Order: sequence, then C-alpha cells, then structure tokens
Amino acid sequence: MATTTAAAEAADAAGGEREPVLSVRDLRVWYGTERGPVRAVDGVTFDVRPGETLGLVGESGCGKSTLGRGVLGLTPTGTALSGVVDFKGTNLVGLPPKRLQKLRGPDLGLIFQEPMTRLNPLMKISEHFEEALRTHERKLSKTAIRERALEALRGMGIPPSRYNSYPHEFSGGMRQRIMIALALVLRPAFVVADEPTTALDVLVEAQIIKILADLRKNFDTALVLITHNLGIVAEACDRVAVMYAGHIVEQGDAREVFANPQHPYTKELLRSTISLSTTGLHYIPGSPPDLGRPLEGCRFAARCPVAMRGCEEHEPPEVVLAGGVRSACWHQALEADPSLGEELGKDGREPLAVKEISVADEA
Amino acid sequence: MPTKPDTESVAVLDADGGAGDGARQDVLMEVRDLQVHFGMRGGALARLTGRKKGAVKAVDGVDLTLRKGEVLGLVGESGSGKTTLGRTLLGLNRATGGSITYRGQDLAQLREGRLRPMRRMLQMVFQDPHASLNPAMTIRTAVGHPLRIHGLVKDDDEYDAKVTDALERVGLTPPERFLDKFPADLSGGQKQRAVLARAIIADPELLVADEPISMLDMSVRAKILQLMLDLKRDLDLTYVYVTHDLASAKFFCDTIAIMYLGRIVEIGPTDQVFSDPKHPYTKALLAAIPEPDPHRGVPRDLPRGEVPDAAQPPLGCSFHPRCPVALAGCGWEARDLRALLERRWLDLPPQEYAREKGLIGNLDVLSAPRLTTVALAPGKGHDSAELVEYLRQLREEASETEPREPFWRGVTTMREDGGQVVVEFAAPADPKLLPVVDSDVRVACHLYGESQA
Repeated sequence: MATTTAAAEAADAAGGEREPVLSVRDLRVWYGTERGPVRAVDGVTFDVRPGETLGLVGESGCGKSTLGRGVLGLTPTGTALSGVVDFKGTNLVGLPPKRLQKLRGPDLGLIFQEPMTRLNPLMKISEHFEEALRTHERKLSKTAIRERALEALRGMGIPPSRYNSYPHEFSGGMRQRIMIALALVLRPAFVVADEPTTALDVLVEAQIIKILADLRKNFDTALVLITHNLGIVAEACDRVAVMYAGHIVEQGDAREVFANPQHPYTKELLRSTISLSTTGLHYIPGSPPDLGRPLEGCRFAARCPVAMRGCEEHEPPEVVLAGGVRSACWHQALEADPSLGEELGKDGREPLAVKEISVADEA
Repeated sequence: MPTKPDTESVAVLDADGGAGDGARQDVLMEVRDLQVHFGMRGGALARLTGRKKGAVKAVDGVDLTLRKGEVLGLVGESGSGKTTLGRTLLGLNRATGGSITYRGQDLAQLREGRLRPMRRMLQMVFQDPHASLNPAMTIRTAVGHPLRIHGLVKDDDEYDAKVTDALERVGLTPPERFLDKFPADLSGGQKQRAVLARAIIADPELLVADEPISMLDMSVRAKILQLMLDLKRDLDLTYVYVTHDLASAKFFCDTIAIMYLGRIVEIGPTDQVFSDPKHPYTKALLAAIPEPDPHRGVPRDLPRGEVPDAAQPPLGCSFHPRCPVALAGCGWEARDLRALLERRWLDLPPQEYAREKGLIGNLDVLSAPRLTTVALAPGKGHDSAELVEYLRQLREEASETEPREPFWRGVTTMREDGGQVVVEFAAPADPKLLPVVDSDVRVACHLYGESQA
C-alpha cells in the first residue's frame, strides 16, 4: 500500500507537474539606508506549486524574512523591489497598493512569528474571524461566518466551545493555531509562514509542524515556510531553498538535499546543527558578509572549506544536478561543464589560501 | 514532606554509580525538597477583600546533588520551573522551603547581605546576550564589573590585566580590539562570549547557564558550547545547564533532570536517560525533536495538549492529562472529562456536535480544578438517564478503539442522582521520584516506582 501511494506521488511530482501558484524570477529587494543600499535579497528565482511546501533556511541576516515579505509586498517604505513575482498571471511587483491589499487575505496569507502579540486582546476569537471574513466577503451571513470559522478552527484542533473566548484564555500553542486558522479561513492559495514555531515549546512545535504538514493535503495551499531549524524543514517541507547572503545557493527536493547536500554551505549548515546524533561539535567560521557592500564572486568563498582562487572573483552559475537539485557552486558547475573552467582564469582552480578567520568576525 | 527516603536513594546512587566517571567526585551543592512558590495577588477586588488567590508552585519539592566538575542539565518546556530552579540555586529567587547546602551553609536561609559574597563563586549566564550587557558600559567596564563589586583588585593595572586575561580565555582576541567597544558593536556570539568572560572573571566554582545558545545563530551555537567545555576544563568549573533543547543537552551534560510543572520527573546519567527513557514525558520530548537527517525520520505520536496552568496544576501526576499510558490513580479529575468531550467534538460534524453538546447543561462545572466527584446537570429537554447513557456509550466506544483512551481508567462510577449525573474518579496519588531497578535513573511515575518499591 505504502509503495503504491509513494509511486503515485512520485508520478504526480514528475509527470503531473502542476502550474506554479507563484513564480519568482530574479527578485531583488534592496533596503535604502544611510550607508547606501543593503541588498537583502539579490536575484532570487523559485516556484511554488499548489499543495507544496517550500522551506527557506539559512543563518540570520541571509534575507529569508525579507524574501518572504518581499513576495507579499509587505516591505517598509524606502525599499526597492525589482524582478517578477508572478501570482496566477499577475506580477505582484509594482502592483498598486490597493490591488495588492485586495489580494492579501483571500489569495495571499502570512503567518507571523509571535502568536502572543498578534491577536487583539480586546477582541474575542469570534470577532477576529468576523472581521477577517467581513472585510473580504461582505455578503456573508453571521451563521455562514460562524460555520466557516468553526471549520477552520476545528482543522487546527481548537474546540468550538472556545469560539467566544478572548486571546488571553488560550496558551501560546493554541494562539498560534488560531493565527493559522485565521490565515486559512479565507482559503488563500499561497501562504508565507515566518518562523511560526520559534517562540513555542518542543512538543507544541511538533504539533504545529504536523498541522502544517497536513495542510498541503487538506487545503492544497502553497506554503513558504521560513525557519532556521533544519529538522523542521526535513519533516514538513517538500522542497527546500537554502539562502546565503541574499542568494539561494541550493534548492531542490527536501529529502534529496538533506540526504545528499551539494553546496558547501548546505553541507556546513547541516554539519553544524546540533541534533540527537551529534557526537562532535562543528561550526562555520566567520559570519555572513555585510550586504551593504557590493559583493563579488561566490559570497560563501571566505568561509568555504573547499573554495578555489577563482571563487572569490567569479560568481558561480547555477547548475541543475541529478534529482532536479539546483546548486550555485563552481565545483558542481565544473563537473557539469568543464569548459566553464576557463572563466575562472589560470590559477582559478587552485585551492584558496585559508585566511585566518578570528573570532572577531564571527556571527 | 519526608526527605529521608530520597537521601537514601542518593546514597545508593553514589555507591553503585561507578559506571559514570563523575560518580566519586565531591558534592558541591546539595538541594533538598526545594520549594519556590510565587504568591498571586489576584484582581483589585481580591486585594481589597484580602482574599488570597493561591500560589504558583514554580519549583515544588526538588532534590538534587551537584557534584564538582559535573554538567547538570535541567530540561523542560516553558513553565516547567527550570529557570526558576537555576536562579534559586544562586539566590536570585528566594526559596520558600527546603534547603540548598553549599560550603556548609544553607543558601536558602542566608540573608542577602551574607549571600552576596557567596555569589562570587556562583555565576550566571543569561539567555539573551543582547539584554544581559548594559548598553552604556564598554566591554572593559562590563566584564570587569564583578572585580569591582567584590573588591578583588587593588589598582587599575591589575583590573586591566584580569579583564584582558578573561577576554583571551573566551576567545575575544586580540583583547585590545574589544576593550573599548560597546555591546552594540558586537555580534550575538561575541556578546555571549563577553557574558561568559564576565561570569568567569571572579574565578567562580559554579556557573548556571540559562539557555546560553538558544538566541544564537545555528552556525555559532556549537562554537559557544565548545567554549564552555574548554572553560570548564581549564578553570575546573561545574555547570548547571538550563535548556529546552534536548539535542544540545545530550551532547553537553553528564546528568540530566527532566522537569515538568515544577518537579523533576526523571533524573539520571545522560546516556541512560537518552538510550532508555522511562517517564512517558521524557519519551514524548525525545520523539518530538525534528531530525534533519531524512533517513532517521520516524512517525510521531505526539502527546495532546500543552503544559497546564501552573496556578492550577492537575491532580496527581501533572503529566496525566497528556499521558498516553496513564493509570487509574494518576489523578483523573473533572477537567479531564471536559477536555475529553471537547476533543471528541472536534471531529464531529456540526449537527452531531450540537446534539451531543445539548445533552449537557453547563459544561463549566467541569472546569473547576481538583474535583474528583462532579455532578453534571443534563441540558434543556434532556434528563439524567440520557446523559448517563451518553457517557456510558462513550466509555463503551473507547474500550474498543486503539490506542486505549486512558481517561476511562480513572472513572470509578457514573450514576444518576437527583436529576443529575454524578461522576466519580479514582483517588489520586502523587508519584514520588524513586530509583529504577538496574539503572542509575530515578523517575516519578506510577508505571515504575510503586510497583518496585
């Protein structure tokens, strides 16, 4: 039984490629600061299909949250966006705020990090739902609202008898589930969840992850899950995109990437994660580069254990590897097409002299 | 509370705990039946009428033996009392009962004035490095502060030498680069290093580290842990490591104490606790850790619900409402019936939910804590016969489904009485922390303890 469903899923993934809900092409999000532009997201391309969960991982300051918000157009004033965010045929970049506002809720959803502060303490849970549904679907009757809300809450394991309670009467995990129910009650096709479990306890976190994993089955929602916890991605995501310094350095099937990481950054990130099977401590020296300065070459080169001389000056092209995994590293690029080596220059393939990275530069 | 049996069990552990290398080491700190209760003031009205609202038992009867050179992990979810316990060991919270014996003195009884000199030996590393350094102090001032407070240096030269030495020890090199910086100039990892420098500068014996790496980036966590291990080796330190992260605790600790709602539910050598967890809560925690390696992913059976309100803890074993294998005497009460009904109703279509809810008059009578007998009135248009029939039917259904719902084990009788349905629960029993046969682990669970004692 299990094998047939797995086979069917595989066929679904390979043969029945569904149209992406959201296609992001060469998206750049630059913040204007006094020091000049900070290139938080610098040329990012990915697709999310219906019912698919894409995990976005990386260290802090790599542009994960900026990317999540940039896609939804929720960036602060003074931010420059360029590129294409194609949502069902509409480019969200450059869309007038009013039209974007209309899409948020029924089409685009966001689940925030801190469940404790995102619900209005003076409003009952029922009022939160009434407000959300009324704003976007004016004609809905009170009973219809109640039905829709209770259905969404039930899906998240909140008993209907608590519908008229205030936020403070719920625990943190329940509030986060209410937040998810609120985001989903309008049945958006695409949702960004920004560190939805970071403030929660281990067991509650696991419960929420289970709910998010069930989501794709039950609602066909496309989800981008931003997290720094690689374990969560392995459990709840179909695909994963690893971000470093504003770039996606590796993306592909989550199981494939974690079982067989290609990009040195992915490898290092996985090695430095402390898990139950950890027997020795490993860490990445140094810290991500300052995105306020123009960067050349591979951005990870300075911390990379296998960097070559050419890596510092020449930006690695993205290559598609076996299993559909895409990686932006010169090592894989040269393997795929040795002729690319010319670009690296004469001594380009020599190992990069290891610079002493002192603690002074650590994250 | 009787503390004698526990003292005995510790003695047993000392005697045959030869497997662990830390077994024969000297005892640094001895904690007996420690209690930290916080009084609640209640609302304005309650304050006016002078009505007491009770207490939150943040730490409720904890026994610990801390040996020199050991790393003790206090692990639990938020609200388990692990942070309060850690702070109380240093006298940062006052104990409301029990004793903390350190160097022949009871820290729980010492006045603040007498306690302060002791703090030179007992230092703390807080969770948030961004909040534990004064933003207006340079690193030189902040790291050296303990020297000034305890009067450990004669002049500025000695001061500078000690600060430089401490910065070098924690890897903030070259120290000259950091001495005159402000916390805002440092990254998270560097700040935590500065906090560690401040903690070791007065040459302490014990360091309580409260989630020292949880606010840091993945890539630096391992580095700070490694630094703490190096410091421990070089300076002969003893650690109490407070965390919710079992993975880092497994790597870092010699002994692990799993806490739940103010009590230790399981304690023992790390390798034994991880290889063969005894308490259902420990098992649940271990199963809940997301594993990045796709080959090791296992289907999870998560316990339901969340940590209960510490102001109104469940009867008996605090974990029983979430426990999949609870027994009759684990402390079942009226609130558990409400939770059971609400869980059932979640899966029902709206009409059936309305019908079943209609059978019960006021669900709120089930919300009062610690009720082992409750009278439930039927809803409008129904009588007690229907209600008792409904409950019996639920019990019947539950007996046929797997996994078995443990709740019904705790129900002794359900009968009609004066137009209401009276539900009685088995007498609750508090599980004691008792040694498990053939191991160095002690566990507070009815599945072990009693039957083997």
